[in-house]
Amino acid sequence: MRIALFITCVNDLAYPGTGIAVTRILRRLGHTVDFPTDQTCCGQMHANTGYRAEAMPMVRNYVDVFDEYDAIVAPSGSCTAMIRDQYPRLHPPAAPVAARTYELSELLVDVLGVTDVGAEFPETVTYHPTCHGLRMLRLGDRPLKLLRQVRGIQLVELGDAEECCGFGGTFALKNPDVSTAMLTDKCARVRDTGARVLAAADNSCLAHIGGGLDRHRSGVRAVHYAEILAATGATS
Amino acid sequence: MNRPGVDRSGTGASAAPATGGGRIRTPLPFPTAAAPAVADTQLRANLHRATRTIRGKRARVVDEVPDWEALRDAGAAIKADVQRRLPELLEQFEASATAAGATVHWARDAAEACRIVVELTRAAGADEVVKVKSMATQEIELNEALEAAGIAAYETDLAELIVQLGDDTPSHILVPAIHYNRAQIREIFHRRMPDAPADLSDEPSALAEAARAHLRRRFLSARVAVSGANFAIADTGTLVVVESEGNGRMCLTLPETLISVVGVEKLLPTFTDLEVFLQLLPRSSTGERMNPYTSMWTGVTPGDGPQSVHVVLVDNGRSAVLADPVGRPTLSCIRCSACLNVCPVYERAGGHAYGSVYPGPIGAILSPQLTGVADNASLPYASTLCGACYDVCPVKINIPEILVHLRQQAPHPLAERATMRVLSWVMRSPRRWAAALRLARAGAGPLGAYRERRTGARTLRRLPWPASAWTRSRDLPLPAPQTFREWWDQQ
Ligand code: SF4
Repeated sequence: MRIALFITCVNDLAYPGTGIAVTRILRRLGHTVDFPTDQTCCGQMHANTGYRAEAMPMVRNYVDVFDEYDAIVAPSGSCTAMIRDQYPRLHPPAAPVAARTYELSELLVDVLGVTDVGAEFPETVTYHPTCHGLRMLRLGDRPLKLLRQVRGIQLVELGDAEECCGFGGTFALKNPDVSTAMLTDKCARVRDTGARVLAAADNSCLAHIGGGLDRHRSGVRAVHYAEILAATGATS
Repeated sequence: MNRPGVDRSGTGASAAPATGGGRIRTPLPFPTAAAPAVADTQLRANLHRATRTIRGKRARVVDEVPDWEALRDAGAAIKADVQRRLPELLEQFEASATAAGATVHWARDAAEACRIVVELTRAAGADEVVKVKSMATQEIELNEALEAAGIAAYETDLAELIVQLGDDTPSHILVPAIHYNRAQIREIFHRRMPDAPADLSDEPSALAEAARAHLRRRFLSARVAVSGANFAIADTGTLVVVESEGNGRMCLTLPETLISVVGVEKLLPTFTDLEVFLQLLPRSSTGERMNPYTSMWTGVTPGDGPQSVHVVLVDNGRSAVLADPVGRPTLSCIRCSACLNVCPVYERAGGHAYGSVYPGPIGAILSPQLTGVADNASLPYASTLCGACYDVCPVKINIPEILVHLRQQAPHPLAERATMRVLSWVMRSPRRWAAALRLARAGAGPLGAYRERRTGARTLRRLPWPASAWTRSRDLPLPAPQTFREWWDQQ
């Protein structure tokens, strides 16, 4: 099977560690992965802010770049949701490649049939299911199934876990007061858990919540769950 | 008169459907209007407690129903059918209601609807009306129009009465006084209800009893009642009102004249369709298995109930919604308020921030469509697109999809449009994108190294406008020392 990585724009620029983690996990499981360098961005920010015409070149580019692969994996719930949910409506020829695009936990659990990826991460971790992964992709407990197999991990439940963190792409900039109020509540729930690490499937939401946790000097680290799955205990 | 989709002018000219008027426009942009609510800790505590309780109740009673998803599908399908055949069903409703002794009036917009109600009230020789809680009359600002015509309008729903006495406007479509706690309500009664007992406590039962005694006199003296309707049945001409307190039934049966103001989208094709909606509505709205009072009336019954029955069918922008295939499902809304109660934005911003009688997620898509998006341009952005509203909507309105659709039509700020265009130009080309990544990293490099040396963090704490919208409450991550594609190329 030819697996391609789709490393989202935010990951490429600010969180390369997440893409590196995905690469390591898949290689450790014996798969060859490819990173077609002509990829850019899925166009979610443009499409969701009301700039469909400006998003279209990115949609077409995605189809051109990834059409030849059997499976495309993206470590981002919201970008995967953009591709799977919106692409077929925006650009009907994108439907087949959109259907072969998976969020990491879908690829691992549904396509490759693994839940134990051989990781070790001796920390207390709480998991926030981000909105698009939760309600658009219906990831369910796939990420948790993977995390539960990690050696040494102690998973603690997050209160009001399913409530949005207040990021919402440009929402955080257009409605800063409401966004901040939601963020404050989310950070409080995270701190209530006593966990040292907050995991999620989306670096944009993590940048938002993590940015809030840092601001309050909470000492909680925000980490993409791929990085936990890539950890082997020696360096975490 | 103008029936949706029906050209009665005989000219064949198809003018664009008119936009609506009344209280559906935001006087202030949503972020501005939300700011005081977000800062009001009492208000936020009230909203949090109320919405949390009701969403818990809703979730429990919905879980009891094994075929809930099938019911939702059925509700959505019936409403889609209504939207496909609206002109025909409206004609059928008019014929059935007329045959049963009701008089049907058609109102193109809010002003026309108000005029009709005022004229009918005057014709009945009344200078006061009692009102059943109704979103449609709120929408067309009927109370204000009646007052201007010298007619007093008395709300009889408890929460609606609180809001009216408090000289306020509702902040929730089902629980209009959700933004008050009981101490605040007691204070309003004390101040504005002359017959309230002097030692009134803030126990809910005491408050309800005071309102009951106050309203009883009104019910017995009123000669005209004004209601809305939850459903209007095309094949029988029946109107249906679903309520919890019984005040509605008093209004619907005691007065001589009954005037019902009904949005044209409230139609259901047949009486049996109620089976689906009377299951969906109470569970979604109050979290009850069945609401205490369901009243139905079909025209006039000689010697029983109101002998003069009028139905005012209101368009007020609905034809424009109907004309847009993506936005059209908005007209399926049964005003249950489930989407408000699960919306984290509504919970923080409160109902008044939406500037319309329709707050929350449904308001964010309905108001801009009724007025034209340009007149309510901030509302489609009053959502994080988290999707909680779509999950609970009993008629499966894909609110996030419609929000994004309306954002395409909203007028965009110039600076934002320019930024988006440049970003699109950069991101559509792999070469330009890779160069932009290098540039961003080079620009942030020294800054990042400096911050890292001083604080150990690769984040920024304070940035100038417009990035300050971000950094006022969260740190901003800096570009990494190495992008992913550079790492990939290196191995
Ligand atoms: S949009 Fe759906 S959930 Fe919201 S009030 Fe209407 S019917 Fe209820």
